[in-house]
Amino acid sequence: MWRDAALVAGRDLRIEARSRVTVHQVAPFALLVLVLFAFALDPARSILERATPGLYWITVLFSALLALSRSAALDETAGARDALRLSGLDPSGVFVGKSLAVAAELVVLEILLGVGVIVLYGAEPAGVGLLAATCLAATVAVAATGTLYGALVSGLRVRETLLPLLLLPVLAPVLIGATRAFEAALGRAPADGWPWCGLLAAFAVLYSVAGALAYGTLLEGS
Amino acid sequence: MEPIVHFRAAVALLGRFPALAGIDLDVMRGEIVLLRGPNGAGKTTVLRACAGLVPVVRGEATVLGHDLRRNAAGVRRRVALLGHASALYDELTVADNVTFWGRACRARPDDIAAALQLVGLDGRLRDVRVGRLSAGQRRRAALACLLARRPELWLLDEPHADLDHEARDLLDRLIRQAVDQGATVIMSSHDLDRALALAHRIVTLDAGMTADQRAAGTGPGTPAEALRGDGEATTETTAEVSHVA
Repeated sequence: MWRDAALVAGRDLRIEARSRVTVHQVAPFALLVLVLFAFALDPARSILERATPGLYWITVLFSALLALSRSAALDETAGARDALRLSGLDPSGVFVGKSLAVAAELVVLEILLGVGVIVLYGAEPAGVGLLAATCLAATVAVAATGTLYGALVSGLRVRETLLPLLLLPVLAPVLIGATRAFEAALGRAPADGWPWCGLLAAFAVLYSVAGALAYGTLLEGS
Repeated sequence: MEPIVHFRAAVALLGRFPALAGIDLDVMRGEIVLLRGPNGAGKTTVLRACAGLVPVVRGEATVLGHDLRRNAAGVRRRVALLGHASALYDELTVADNVTFWGRACRARPDDIAAALQLVGLDGRLRDVRVGRLSAGQRRRAALACLLARRPELWLLDEPHADLDHEARDLLDRLIRQAVDQGATVIMSSHDLDRALALAHRIVTLDAGMTADQRAAGTGPGTPAEALRGDGEATTETTAEVSHVA
């Protein structure tokens, strides 16, 4: 499975590196959203500062939708789905590989957005360990869930519009958990952030396992 | 000798539509079988069913010893399908694509390199992105992907489409070589000049059923007659055939 996962992740990342969609479209979109939030809330600077964790994760989720939609579209290439089925690649490996590629793109995006909120919103990261652990768990959760739902809607004509509609409600716990953990890490809330981080990790494990188990069926059914 | 493809009263559904409505087909190892028939006769569905991509819901269907009704996926690693869609990623180079699909099928690096060489894509086109290739070059890249996996059963859906004269000659040579080495080929082609020259046997399909089976060279098998029988000759192919005649 891991060999197949590495092969598929390498393919997706190579395509991404050549097409530069993340660099030329997703990253500018994410930064633009941050700037627009800053414009909208700048008169009340205190609100902007208080809302920084939530705005950060909303921006990550919106940007992730673009990356996930792109990832799902790769296997919509003419004949690619049949070729995947004929290849004998382990479907679990394909799922893990696609999730890893999306996760790698999201990590780059989150670092970029992290710099953005420090510069634009004046955020001061304190609990670096909690921030890193939250990012890791939330990234895996978003990538695994998005890849699973991407396969679920693949082959449908309304795939691109349906994916956000299905995915955003499912990712609501990730948004809540990551925001609360970030609030704690940035010192904006007195509560301990680690339980929220644990929730994110549980969510990530749940959807990773579900995706690995269900991906083969979805590949056949689409 | 057991046939490596055995369909008896096989029914396959596309949604609720019976794309194969009780087909009978036996193909022996080393044979080249040409599927003929009008559009919608079921040629592509037979090829996809042989690859385990279309579920057979009734009748008998065995390919390379795998019962397709029990485990259609079991046969997939041993066959290759060259269809209308090339399954190539536009952003990747020819070498990237062939290497990816080759490695996905557990092909050896030597086989991948040899496949690129065989289709003449080991030179300057090797590192060109597929998105920049002509339709014929894309077809050759797809053929390289097929060669890299060294399948026992070649399933070719309009393999001559988009290829120029030289590439068609090359394809025909590769098919004959593969058969000499023990592979079996089932193909559909509107380039009947070439297909009839290659085929050992012609199977005519109509409405998802086997209408006729005969050895190549017997009955109404000349290209012009075959085209008339198909009822779907293009102006171009008819002109080619007239010229040959």
